[in-house]
Amino acid sequence: MKSPRALLLLGVWAVAACGTAADDSAPSDANLQLIKIAARRWTFAPDTIHLQQGVPVIFEITASDVHHGFVAPDLGAHADLFPGIPERVRINPSKTGTFYFHCDYYCGMGHEGMEGQVVVE
Amino acid sequence: MSNVTPRPAPLNRSRRDLLKLMNLGGVVFASSLLRGVVGCSSDAKDGQAAAGPRSGTARGAADDFFFLQLSDPHWGFSGPAVNPEADQELPSTVATINASAAQPDFIVFTGDLTHNTDDVDVRRMRMLEFQTITSGLQAPLRFMPGEHDAAADAGAVYQEIFGQTHYSFDHKGIHFVALDNVSDPHAMLGADQLHWLGSDLAPLDAQAPIVVFAHRPLWDLKPEWDWATPDAAQAIEILMPYENVTVFFGHIHQELHHTTGHIQHHSARSLAFALPTPETPGMRTPIPWDPNHPRAGLGYRSVEATPVSQEYKLSELPIQTGDGAP
Repeated sequence: MKSPRALLLLGVWAVAACGTAADDSAPSDANLQLIKIAARRWTFAPDTIHLQQGVPVIFEITASDVHHGFVAPDLGAHADLFPGIPERVRINPSKTGTFYFHCDYYCGMGHEGMEGQVVVE
Repeated sequence: MSNVTPRPAPLNRSRRDLLKLMNLGGVVFASSLLRGVVGCSSDAKDGQAAAGPRSGTARGAADDFFFLQLSDPHWGFSGPAVNPEADQELPSTVATINASAAQPDFIVFTGDLTHNTDDVDVRRMRMLEFQTITSGLQAPLRFMPGEHDAAADAGAVYQEIFGQTHYSFDHKGIHFVALDNVSDPHAMLGADQLHWLGSDLAPLDAQAPIVVFAHRPLWDLKPEWDWATPDAAQAIEILMPYENVTVFFGHIHQELHHTTGHIQHHSARSLAFALPTPETPGMRTPIPWDPNHPRAGLGYRSVEATPVSQEYKLSELPIQTGDGAP
């Protein structure tokens, strides 16, 4: 199994367009860094993501088993995750700090521990 | 776990003695005014209540009374690092309450009666065990689910055993409403329940005293820890025209007091394990068991409704062992 860091590196590349966006303001989503996140009971991988302040990115989150949710309240990001359907949210890391995300759709007995963090530097 | 023998507790305590003896380390918190209680007008003197109920208020007499709020017992939970005696706390508390000479008018459990499981048979077994243990309580019981009870199956097993997940009732001049913000996987109250809430409250005067029970907080306490109800603002909007609303909730496993406009919110401690305060940075990690201070942060609550003095008095009660020590 690949490490979360390896998954993060594999998941980063430029994209031409994005779907759901947490913030529709400029700059456009074209050529933004794409970070792929895998969601399954009861983890996000990667579960720690490092971003640069002021550099927007796209999270592409895909659930592989059951219905999950992704919410990062302090980053204004939310997505409902249906199995096998990638969902994209735009992240505008305007402040430094550590921001937490979690699954907000009850997905079983480990649901409360399905969480992660975004570290903005 | 259904065969756990409750630890013995001292017998024949009066309510005052019970509160006094069990309030070691606890506090008394004077809460919401009770203006508008049936039979208790602002010009009542010398403790004499005005005669006759007013239309549009909750029905019943304006007697002093008290009820207990027990929350988050998580029956079935196993976590030696946070409570190696988790299966003892509920039976002990049942025994202690029953040992009081004065019984509350009722006891409400504000959710997470059981710890969650993906096995429906285990879920049902835990709820039946919980029901068996609590059936030993002498006072009337009111239940409501937490997400650990109901989120996995939209409350199906819970309803089989305990009945409706949201309801209302009147008691001695106060209108009580139990809301369900856990059965939906998104933890929404939902349009249907919000409509029901508005209809349920519609006959009441704006001054009618209303107590709301909920499992999750009805405001964004800490959304990054899932301490919120996504559509709580709509419930607050419905409640806001009523001048005397107090909310008692659970979920966060600690005592906390908050005000939304004129609406007061009070969370209760857990009977199973403690969680960190909202100010704590990082993840929502349960507080480790401290053998030097066992059961620190655990407990339950007595709520004394006193129309004459127009306030609720909240007493935070620790869990006691058979030797009388918390």
